[in-house]
Amino acid sequence: MATIDRILFGDNQFFGVNHMSEEKARQQLLKFKDTSAIIEVLDNAYDLGIRTFMCTTHDRIGEICDHMRAHRERYKDFIYFPCMPYAHKYANSVSQVGVMETMQRFAVGGVMSTLMRGAVGTLTRDMYALMRLLVDAEMKRFENLNTPVIFLQNVVTDLLLGLKLYPVFAEFDRYVKERYGAEAGYITMNLPLLLDTLAKAGVENPIVCANINKIGFRMSGGVDAYRELLRTGKCRAIAMSVLASGAIPPQEAIEWACGLEGLQSIVFGASSRGNIGQTQELIYRSWGR
Amino acid sequence: MSIRIGIVGAGKMGLSHFAIANALPDTAVVAVCDTSRYVISVLNKYAGVQTFVGYKEMIDQARPDAVIIATPTSTHFECAKYALERDIHLFVEKPLTLSPADSRALSELAIQRRRINQVGFHNRFIGTFQEAQRLVCAGALGKVSNIHGSAFGQVVVKEPNRTWRTSKSEGGGCLHDYASHVIDLMNFLVGPPTRVEGASLQTIFSQNVDDAVSAVFAHAGDVSGILETNWSDDSYRKMTTTVTIHGTGGKLIVDRQELKVYLREPRGFEDYVEGWNMRYITGLQKPVGFYLRGEEYSAQLEAFTEAIRADNMAHENSFASAYETDRVVDLILQANKPKG
Repeated sequence: MATIDRILFGDNQFFGVNHMSEEKARQQLLKFKDTSAIIEVLDNAYDLGIRTFMCTTHDRIGEICDHMRAHRERYKDFIYFPCMPYAHKYANSVSQVGVMETMQRFAVGGVMSTLMRGAVGTLTRDMYALMRLLVDAEMKRFENLNTPVIFLQNVVTDLLLGLKLYPVFAEFDRYVKERYGAEAGYITMNLPLLLDTLAKAGVENPIVCANINKIGFRMSGGVDAYRELLRTGKCRAIAMSVLASGAIPPQEAIEWACGLEGLQSIVFGASSRGNIGQTQELIYRSWGR
Repeated sequence: MSIRIGIVGAGKMGLSHFAIANALPDTAVVAVCDTSRYVISVLNKYAGVQTFVGYKEMIDQARPDAVIIATPTSTHFECAKYALERDIHLFVEKPLTLSPADSRALSELAIQRRRINQVGFHNRFIGTFQEAQRLVCAGALGKVSNIHGSAFGQVVVKEPNRTWRTSKSEGGGCLHDYASHVIDLMNFLVGPPTRVEGASLQTIFSQNVDDAVSAVFAHAGDVSGILETNWSDDSYRKMTTTVTIHGTGGKLIVDRQELKVYLREPRGFEDYVEGWNMRYITGLQKPVGFYLRGEEYSAQLEAFTEAIRADNMAHENSFASAYETDRVVDLILQANKPKG
């Protein structure tokens, strides 16, 4: 079973994602225009003792991975939790060229064109093959890096959840274990429904990552349901959006989250050494070093 | 009573609606139709729904209580008419149709058949825009004089491949596909304009459709409006819609994340004080039962199924309201026509 650190470092701040302010998002995009600025912040986090980087399979993540591979000794304890897919590129593509061509665009190798020539029966049988191809395409950038947990992004987790395509969860779980020796993780905005569903799909004690914050921002099912699920220990949960994009003052937000019985870890993003240190210090105060 | 839903069109919006509707309490997607046999066969095999290639077969054989139409705009009218004539509640993706006359006919038919008739202008379900509308209606800004609505994003940033979105006759182009959202939002906030004083549709990267739309509106009561949209702007990560409203008592600037309100002295309003006030989506958005890609997508379908259960014809985003948006779109097209 993968060991998950209590403090994980996130990446939204690097790619202009801010759920509360477009202006803030723009400032961050400017700040992190050069990959070297991202590396500098990652270096700060690493030097402060944070080893795990939870990162979207954004196009620019490749450059970061290249840097890490080129300086293997410097980053020898660094751990990556890839979160796939970077949904925007797929969503934009589906709008532009439709579902079929999108799959052709992103699946590696010529397997897709082979499938295209086959009968419909073959195609449906091979939906899992397609999923495996897409996972491999996303994982290419992380070659020779330590990726003990591989996450499905919430837009995909929750889409599968709504479509009730439950067997895909079990297949994802199986495949990342077999091919990458990794554990599957699931990011979701609907934790109660997800845990219920994963249990039915036969995935036990899953690694999950969800918004967990004092004001219940994007916690479908409600704060009380989340609290109860954590308490009963049916999952290994990572809290994200603890500050609800800045809507809750840091100290109040982190004291509340750290006080939740059964919470495994907190992932947070920050843009400077000072902010990383402050947040880390707040977590240490509740959880110890 | 469980509501049985059929989905017409399993593209990006169709699949998104499918997932959300399926996760709503006492609501189940029972049938899907799409012309892509691959998508249909996967859904049939793994999602446990009946699948069809044509909407007529789906409606006749699966007999859903409600249908969600998420196909190219040019096909909405026929399909919606067929469903309404069979007394099926309807949720149709925006814009409703490409012709105000068609939209009005559908609205009348829906009212006559007493069927819920909703259109997917989801901005009306975003907490910041709802709060802005509440403030304007309550007179917090005094008498409104100006409204400015804009949307920018990176939909077409190079010469696109051919799909329905690149064909004007099928409902492609920035005006129908993108600007309609802003027009509807401006209608929501201050009511629809009576005239379009001038308009310009520009092509930037596309071959056959517009990529940027500007227009000047005149509203009743001496309110003037400006619309500005451009979907070939890759400086934005995703569609960014902003509305500014000026009134005699102050102004507001609103997007999907923030509401900034400036109140001129000597007036405050409720807990809004004189000068600048900031409100954020985190404090304004009501939670939804199932989240997929923005509360608004779930909230609009929750509202749709609630309206069906309550037999509430006075729901948000009716065909009548979407007709007003289609009417403004048409006025923009007229105003853009070369003179002489």
